[in-house]
Amino acid sequence: MAEADLDLVVASPRRERSDVVTQRPDLESPGDGRVPMGRRVFLGLGALGALGVVVGGNVQNFLGNSLGSGIGGLFPFGDRFRYYSITGNYPSISARKYRLEVSGLVERPTTLSLADLQALPSTSFTKTFQCVTGWKVPDVQWRGVLLADILTHVGVQPGAVALQFESYDHADTESLTLDQARRPDVLVAYEMLEAPVTRAHGGPVRLYVAPMFGYKSLKWLSAIRVVDRVEPGFWEQNGYPVNGWRDGSTGPTNNNSSLA
Amino acid sequence: MMTISATRVPVVRILRFDAVQRVTHWLNAALFTVLILTAISLFYGSFFGVVLPRHLDQEVHLWSGLILPLPIAVSLLGPWGRAMRRDLQRMSYWTHQEIAWLRSFGRRPLIADKFNPGQKLNTIFTGAAIVIMLVSGVILQWFRFFPLSWRSGATFVHDTLAYLVVAVIVGHLVMALSHAESLRSMFSGRVDATWVRAHAPKWANELDGDEDLPGPDVNDLR
Repeated sequence: MAEADLDLVVASPRRERSDVVTQRPDLESPGDGRVPMGRRVFLGLGALGALGVVVGGNVQNFLGNSLGSGIGGLFPFGDRFRYYSITGNYPSISARKYRLEVSGLVERPTTLSLADLQALPSTSFTKTFQCVTGWKVPDVQWRGVLLADILTHVGVQPGAVALQFESYDHADTESLTLDQARRPDVLVAYEMLEAPVTRAHGGPVRLYVAPMFGYKSLKWLSAIRVVDRVEPGFWEQNGYPVNGWRDGSTGPTNNNSSLA
Repeated sequence: MMTISATRVPVVRILRFDAVQRVTHWLNAALFTVLILTAISLFYGSFFGVVLPRHLDQEVHLWSGLILPLPIAVSLLGPWGRAMRRDLQRMSYWTHQEIAWLRSFGRRPLIADKFNPGQKLNTIFTGAAIVIMLVSGVILQWFRFFPLSWRSGATFVHDTLAYLVVAVIVGHLVMALSHAESLRSMFSGRVDATWVRAHAPKWANELDGDEDLPGPDVNDLR
């Protein structure tokens, strides 16, 4: 209170006002400082931001490698999954009721349960999940059945050119050429990160197309149809490249879709 | 020293923020709130779809982000933006004393202007953050036009800065809630003249044209 009183003493002799007064600052030069700190800090932060955009990916790699993916995932700069869904929700499919329908230009149209899939020869590898928007998660362990092995299991008819994939809620579709589907790094995965594929990650069974961007790795896989031509899937109809190679060989800028 | 009873002191209210500044501030605050809330469920999978379906969440975040700079830009550029532009000028130019005060984390003496260096820094940071978040957000949204390494970098920048922005906003809220008169002025626009004397002596000096404010001169404190 003493301090406030002192302030009043300082303030009161100069003015004798009894009502509310609006005082418009009358300034010749607002602030008599001469150092343009505002501009410096603003431009400095801007430059830091621009630098971050250009080299931030590498910084993140470095941090991810030195911290490990476990610890790195806790930090904003760590590599972590971001969840996408083209509907408002995740489909919920019990492992017991799960079915994968393989049909189209095949010798033996088949419906596989999760147990059927697990009975087929399994393949496991550890590879990066790379999203087309830039984020990625390195060293993700995957296990499942090679798509090539499923194709052998059902037998591909002559005239088959491509595969069409559909998600459980019929909302998402994807495509691969037969050649792409037969690669040794394209998996019908039921295990991810050393555990059954979770509902959020597209479980119980999802596609993992290692050499391509994440949108090609359709989640909640429910149907594979072998067809005679490539039909662009959901994301391709929204302007993403049909051949979503990660190395950019048909990169997003030379998009072969007319819908970009 | 003489004592003045409170009832006899004439109440002099000084305009600190005009209506344009107040509206801009609260629009900005509202947009930041929406952006942070929608970001939480976009960033943390476990909050997925808690409030809004993801695609709606994403749309709200995108559009709030795109219009975020508008209130400030409109308030600065229009003929109604005199006070905004003047205060921006105050934020821009610093005295050596202010720099020394900030560098010493408030231990060096300071004759505060209308805004102290902490407030100035908060404003400049927020302005820069808006621009950086906008640019990195645009790269993420329209990623097809940028190389993959830039997209990774933009994700890194957007995420890291988001954490910083939240930290600065928390600090801003703590300061606002612990300084009632300052906080009130963001609603009413006005502060008591005694508050100006105590917290912004240089501004008080400027308001009444008094060059003989007690205390060491600015130039002695470099």
